[in-house]
Amino acid sequence: MPVVATNGRSPYGGETIFGNVMLTRTVVAVAALALTTLAGCGSSSDATASSGAPAAGSTSTSASSAAPAAALTVRDPWVKAADSGMTAAFATLVNNTGADVTVEAATSPASPMELHTMTMKDGAMVMEPKEGGFVIKAGGSHELSPGGDHLMLMKPSAPIKAGDELSFTLKLTGGGTVDFTAVAKPFAGAQESYAPGHS
Amino acid sequence: MAGLGTAAAAGYLAAAPAATPSVAAVPVADFQDIGTGIIPFHGERQSGITDEPPAHGSFVALTLAKGTDRAALGRMMRLLTDDAVRLTRGEPALGDTDAELARHPARLTVTFGFGPGLYRAAGLESPVADLPVFSIDRLQDRWSGGDLVMQICADDALTVTHTQRMLIKDARPFGAVRWVQRGFRRSAGVHKAGFTQRNVFGQLDGTANPKDAEMAAAVWNADHSTQLVVRRVRTDIETWDLLSVGDKENSTGRRMESGAPLTGEAEHDEPDFERTDSTGLPVMPNFSHVTRAHVTDPKLKILRRPFNYDEAPDAQGRPDSGLVFASYQADIVRQYLPIQRRLAEKDLLNEWTTPIGSAVFAVPPGCAEGGWIGERVLA
Repeated sequence: MPVVATNGRSPYGGETIFGNVMLTRTVVAVAALALTTLAGCGSSSDATASSGAPAAGSTSTSASSAAPAAALTVRDPWVKAADSGMTAAFATLVNNTGADVTVEAATSPASPMELHTMTMKDGAMVMEPKEGGFVIKAGGSHELSPGGDHLMLMKPSAPIKAGDELSFTLKLTGGGTVDFTAVAKPFAGAQESYAPGHS
Repeated sequence: MAGLGTAAAAGYLAAAPAATPSVAAVPVADFQDIGTGIIPFHGERQSGITDEPPAHGSFVALTLAKGTDRAALGRMMRLLTDDAVRLTRGEPALGDTDAELARHPARLTVTFGFGPGLYRAAGLESPVADLPVFSIDRLQDRWSGGDLVMQICADDALTVTHTQRMLIKDARPFGAVRWVQRGFRRSAGVHKAGFTQRNVFGQLDGTANPKDAEMAAAVWNADHSTQLVVRRVRTDIETWDLLSVGDKENSTGRRMESGAPLTGEAEHDEPDFERTDSTGLPVMPNFSHVTRAHVTDPKLKILRRPFNYDEAPDAQGRPDSGLVFASYQADIVRQYLPIQRRLAEKDLLNEWTTPIGSAVFAVPPGCAEGGWIGERVLA
């Protein structure tokens, strides 16, 4: 179990430095990917499963030695801020390998987690646990987005405020893990994800 | 209507192709890609200040919510910085519900300024203070003050709209919108870069701006911060229209067409305040705007970066127009205040202009990739 790194600070205290996290992510991403790739996609906030030890001071990304090198990149992660109740985390999961990768579970110190998908039932979109996890095809990517597949925070232990940093770990089939940190944003959409009656 | 127009045009061309070949052969300019232009966000200094002002600008001022403390301000600025970083690159912000509107940055810049109230909320001493009220002021609360300002500029109005929407959404947990002032200048491609813009009075506006080496001395402090004054100046175009061109030129001390001082030939000729006419009066009237505002020491100059506004006229057709005056200077008290005091005391242009809004902001340094605006103030 990798340590979820937040410099020992609560992600709710507003003390973790979003900027530093971004910088670290970039550094790690540069180490793991060709610079041209990074420039090409133009993203500044990739979290990458790295085979090496994170750089000193890293707060965002680490991977267990069991994980394949740079198997999965978590790009542009964010969480919907919530004063109370359930909420969700979103990102783009990028498979950097030639084999399918399956995310079978997610954990966070912030809340019990479930992998969810949206499905049509009795004429309405409802969410339900994703059987078998999220499969990211070889060389492909998988969008976790409002109204689509997402990481559900079932019962956050404290309000998730705009600008907070939250730590997550994805568990891959085969034993690998990927850590990432996501920022909380005010977001009014995706109301269907939070319909009452869900258990 | 389109059909009629097309038919008429075709008829005209068919009737006289030989007589007026130049009409039919008006060259159409090649498509110039303005949409993909990028101004780097990161750097020691914030962008959107000394770079060439684009066609559209919006100033969004917020009032912080009660209880927004230093830690919350840090969270706010990290979020807003992240939005600005992505949008200025032409990428959607995180959680952007209109990602397709982010694809054309069109030289988008987002510049953040901190008002006195933000420093109070953070428990810090403010480097800026509200301007004194001048005798010419008719300030309205709805255009004045503000704890945070976001200056959003781009060569495309829809890009400004989308950026403004995204930033306001992410700022909302921390404060309320106090005022928004949108304005415009000439569109990209109308003039060569460096051309002085015209305001709604038709005057060239910004001729005296510091140039080249003078710029740094006027605008930047050693720590790469600067200070911003935003004033909403209503213009009374109805009474301005009554003036002859000569009277208009006497009020400013510059020619309307060329912008040249009344003692010169070209826009950037230095005015000669000593020269007198045959009656012994100064050619540059001592009540003219240029005479009153003129400074030569670069450390006393200000960088004017205004945008015109033009809201809907009233039922009688009277315009609601003017200038979102914005100036950047290293030190408002040293540079802006003496100029404004002289103008308030005597400036013929005051007859046709009225300040109705006023706000001051400290503009913190820029940040490196991974950093956030205000980190040295709030961290």
